[in-house]
Amino acid sequence: MQISEAWLREYVNPAITTAQLVEQLTMAGLEVDSVTPAAAVFSGVVVGQVVAMQPHPDADRLRVCQVEVGEAEPLQIVCGASNVRIGLKIPAALIGAVLPGDFKIKKSKLRGEESFGMLCSEKELGLAIDADGLMELADDAPVGVDIRDYLSLNDSIIEVDLTPNRADCLSVEGIAREVAALNKLDWSVTQVEKAVVTHDGALAVSVTATEACPRYLGRLIKGVNPKAETPLWMQERLRRSGVRSLSAVVDVTNYVLIELGQPLHAFDAAKLTGSINVRYAKPDEDVALLNGANIKLDAETLVIADDQQVLALAGVMGGSESAVSDETRDIFLECAFFNPQSIAGKARNYGLHTDSSHRFERGVDPTLQNRAIERATQLIFEIAGGSVGAITEVTTAATLPQRPAVLLRKQRLEKTLGIVLADERVSDIFQRLGMVVETQTDIWSVTPPGCRFDIAIEADLIEEIARIVGYNKLPSSSLLMRSELGQAPETVLDLDRAKDLLVARGYQEAITYSFVDEEIQRAVAPDDEVIRLKNPISADLAVMRSTLWCGLLKAALHNTNRQQIRVRFFETGLRFVHQEDNIQQQKMLSGLVLGSAYSEQWGIANRKVDFFDVKADVLALFALTGAEVQFIPDQHPALHPGQSAKIVSSHGEKIGYLGMLHPTLEKQLGFDTQVFLFELDQELLLSKLLPKFRPLSKYPSVRRDMALIVNEEIAVSEIIKCIKSCEEPTLKDIVIFDIYRGKGVEEGSKSVALSLILQDESQTLTDSQIDAIFSRLLETLKTTISAKLRD
Amino acid sequence: MSATLEEILAQALEQLRDSKDLNQLDLVRVHYLGKKGLFTRQMKELGALEPELRRAAGQVINLAKDQFQQQLEDKKELLENSELASRLASEGIDVTLPGRGQTVAGLHPVTTTLRRISKIFASVGFQIVEGPEIEDDYHNFGALNIPAHHPARAMHDTFYFDAHTVLRTHTSPVQIRVMETEKPPLKVIAPGRVYRCDSDITHTPMFHQVEGFLVDTDVSFADLKGVVYEFLRAFFEKDIQVRFRPSYFPFTEPSAEVDIECVMCNGKGCRVCSHTGWLEVMGCGMIHPEVFKSVNIDSEVYSGFAFGMGVERLAMLRYGINDLRLFFENDLKFLEQFN
Repeated sequence: MQISEAWLREYVNPAITTAQLVEQLTMAGLEVDSVTPAAAVFSGVVVGQVVAMQPHPDADRLRVCQVEVGEAEPLQIVCGASNVRIGLKIPAALIGAVLPGDFKIKKSKLRGEESFGMLCSEKELGLAIDADGLMELADDAPVGVDIRDYLSLNDSIIEVDLTPNRADCLSVEGIAREVAALNKLDWSVTQVEKAVVTHDGALAVSVTATEACPRYLGRLIKGVNPKAETPLWMQERLRRSGVRSLSAVVDVTNYVLIELGQPLHAFDAAKLTGSINVRYAKPDEDVALLNGANIKLDAETLVIADDQQVLALAGVMGGSESAVSDETRDIFLECAFFNPQSIAGKARNYGLHTDSSHRFERGVDPTLQNRAIERATQLIFEIAGGSVGAITEVTTAATLPQRPAVLLRKQRLEKTLGIVLADERVSDIFQRLGMVVETQTDIWSVTPPGCRFDIAIEADLIEEIARIVGYNKLPSSSLLMRSELGQAPETVLDLDRAKDLLVARGYQEAITYSFVDEEIQRAVAPDDEVIRLKNPISADLAVMRSTLWCGLLKAALHNTNRQQIRVRFFETGLRFVHQEDNIQQQKMLSGLVLGSAYSEQWGIANRKVDFFDVKADVLALFALTGAEVQFIPDQHPALHPGQSAKIVSSHGEKIGYLGMLHPTLEKQLGFDTQVFLFELDQELLLSKLLPKFRPLSKYPSVRRDMALIVNEEIAVSEIIKCIKSCEEPTLKDIVIFDIYRGKGVEEGSKSVALSLILQDESQTLTDSQIDAIFSRLLETLKTTISAKLRD
Repeated sequence: MSATLEEILAQALEQLRDSKDLNQLDLVRVHYLGKKGLFTRQMKELGALEPELRRAAGQVINLAKDQFQQQLEDKKELLENSELASRLASEGIDVTLPGRGQTVAGLHPVTTTLRRISKIFASVGFQIVEGPEIEDDYHNFGALNIPAHHPARAMHDTFYFDAHTVLRTHTSPVQIRVMETEKPPLKVIAPGRVYRCDSDITHTPMFHQVEGFLVDTDVSFADLKGVVYEFLRAFFEKDIQVRFRPSYFPFTEPSAEVDIECVMCNGKGCRVCSHTGWLEVMGCGMIHPEVFKSVNIDSEVYSGFAFGMGVERLAMLRYGINDLRLFFENDLKFLEQFN
């Protein structure tokens, strides 16, 4: 909503500066977005009148004019505009004038003829972007008067960003009401007298959709002057309100819209057939709109129709066929109240948004229509003449919005705001906001005006008081609340701890979009059903990720494309997967590593990161909870078949995956190095057991090493599982310290060196006891996995 | 008898003097004081003397032995010191060389900011709760007093999966989810990702919000103001100017926008604050009775306030970041600045 400050001050003129006024509006909840001067800075321009004109002796296009500017003698000014003529009133820049852009007017000679100033177009005064001739002023413009005063150019355009609840402020009168209340000033609305009816013609109006259209007013105005010009003052006010001047009749409807907040529509009466009906559209109906669009209507769309066709989208936009043109002599003026619910969303459904729909869907004052149609009639008559018919009104009182009184309890007001106000102050605020107040003991009964759709409950009244008093004048208290002791859960690890661990191990946290490119989603997780957004912002953010790898891979590429050769990322967040008609939103922690194992440094040989480097990081995460997990060789469509493991908890639950990005994908995505990935289910990762104390043994532990020759196929985990299956009570730990293949070990086998840590709770183990344990373990290893001791 | 005691002592002391290192010195010690050492042998020979002479002779030998021992100790200390000195000299390193091993990385600035916000509120007992990101329209809109076709829905450019399933446009649905299952008093903050179908220089289709709310008997607008003031001052670690402006949210009444004095220009007016001197940082208000109604909390007994803030915006102001889009590009050159 954009308005002229001068226009506003005609209603109510507090003794405050523009800056103070703007601050006041903003702090009352009518946030001012911008304040711009109504006209560019210029000076020395007055109303002039061409009193004589001669062709320039040396230039076909130029004319030598004598211009009356209110001084003793007319000035000679050379002019090249095509519309210059004797008797025309125009803005004349005098010697010494400064036009926008710091353009100084000096005495000059144009092809030998002296010129004492310049006649100006709207463009030259900064009032329009373009102009095709001199600015033509009204015949009654007073010669010699400063043009800034004549056009009231010393004005500011105030743009207010209104919240959707404040439809009442979508007019100059609405904002004036607020300003008057804020400054405790009296004001009154524009008074309009009923037009004198001079013909008895009328169009029959019927309303079928009475719920949607509780009030419809129509009036025929015959014989208006189709060539009538909108007066300059109205053009200027419209311009300052951001509305382009089109034609006298349309300008008047727009003017009343800005002035009172009531949208009106003028039809060309000659293009109407029969009577007017307000109804819902029928299947397959369509309408050609003023903006050139041809739309197909649905049965929930409210329309204005005549006997033949749909004329307009009610409350949104008129149709092009019944629009007024520069030949229209008879007009049918419409002024209605449509219920917000029946207009809300309709314009948007058709991709439209108009000043009219904006107001109707937020709520137009249902008591305003009579005054508005009379005001429009008055202005049309003044500007374009014509003969006025009677108003045809169809009102269904039952469907008009009600404004029941709302009760405000004094105690509730004080409790909510923490402030005590004099009763008179409270009543005064409500009254100035146009509300009817009845005061009872410690209670106010407040009836809001028709324009206030937002006042329905006690809290709404409390907000009005808070707003007018000023939020910043209300007290602020320090937090005094009931408190409970906090929690310190110990069986769930704090995710922050896991994140901090990864940070300490050189992982940078990334945050990537939850929606990704369908192509990468399909490449990385071809087996997951794609979850598509209905209205994605772009194709590369169109489907929900079923793994955080999608985003991490993209983020890694962003960096490798920018000369980063080492990337270590982790991310936490939701993955989205279809599961039996439901979308599971699962919290994950994922990582990506590529490049060298360590950043380049002295004293450490530069080598590429491998599976086991990343496995150590993953295991470090599990060390935080003390969970024992298993890495089971497994296939994953995104991972290298020989370097991928499923991570499984001791209860057999799948926690996630670790592996190398499949070389095909690596190439397809554009990496030129190996990429390692892991993804873990947060819930399983973070569950933790409460530590349980075990007594310490007083006896020494012993370490025995063994090197086993096993078939290449036997995984180390199998060897360990086999040893553990013996359930040797003194066995405390098993450490793998070497894997060897080559000389001394036959082809297809490998040597696994491991040490066993043994300790008894009740005695020092003797050599013979240790030997016995050793050979028992070896026996099992031999029979179960055909392991033998290396010589 | 071959050599006299004097000769032995003189020779011993000379050998001490000539010892070049601790090994050599030890050989000298053994040669004179060992089981078969020269001084030891002298003592043994005392047995051959007359008893009345023994005592005096013994004293003389002991004196010589003491003298030797004393000088042995001195020499030992000397050699040890010089050996330590040469070891220290040889073990010197260039301590200015960098350390070895894994480097430490850092958290995303959004996470750091979220953690600070959470910490400030947790310190007065706010509980941290998360909610789903794919939401039903009831929790995202309806229960928050935003019915279908309400103009406020136009303020939320919503991503849809179907007519009733959306990506949450704010973290406010968590407010509903908590109040549906828990009874007041409630003190909760809900951080998380939110989504709006909007992308330009100042909007990304995903960003982070922190929703906070408090419900109890006798909660007033003054309490809301107090909490917001205290939070903003704690967050910016500065006694910053704060103002409340009336505004509109369907789920609060009265509603307010909170502005802080521009942290870039200290309120003087600059490009960041559009020359107003103020920056909008959060929205808040008293929880609307309709919202309480939808979760069966009696608004005659309980009242509460709620507030919401954009995490990226706060991080941008705190660290002077000038481009929102950087947050989700994950460029290491950007992320590493906040480690």
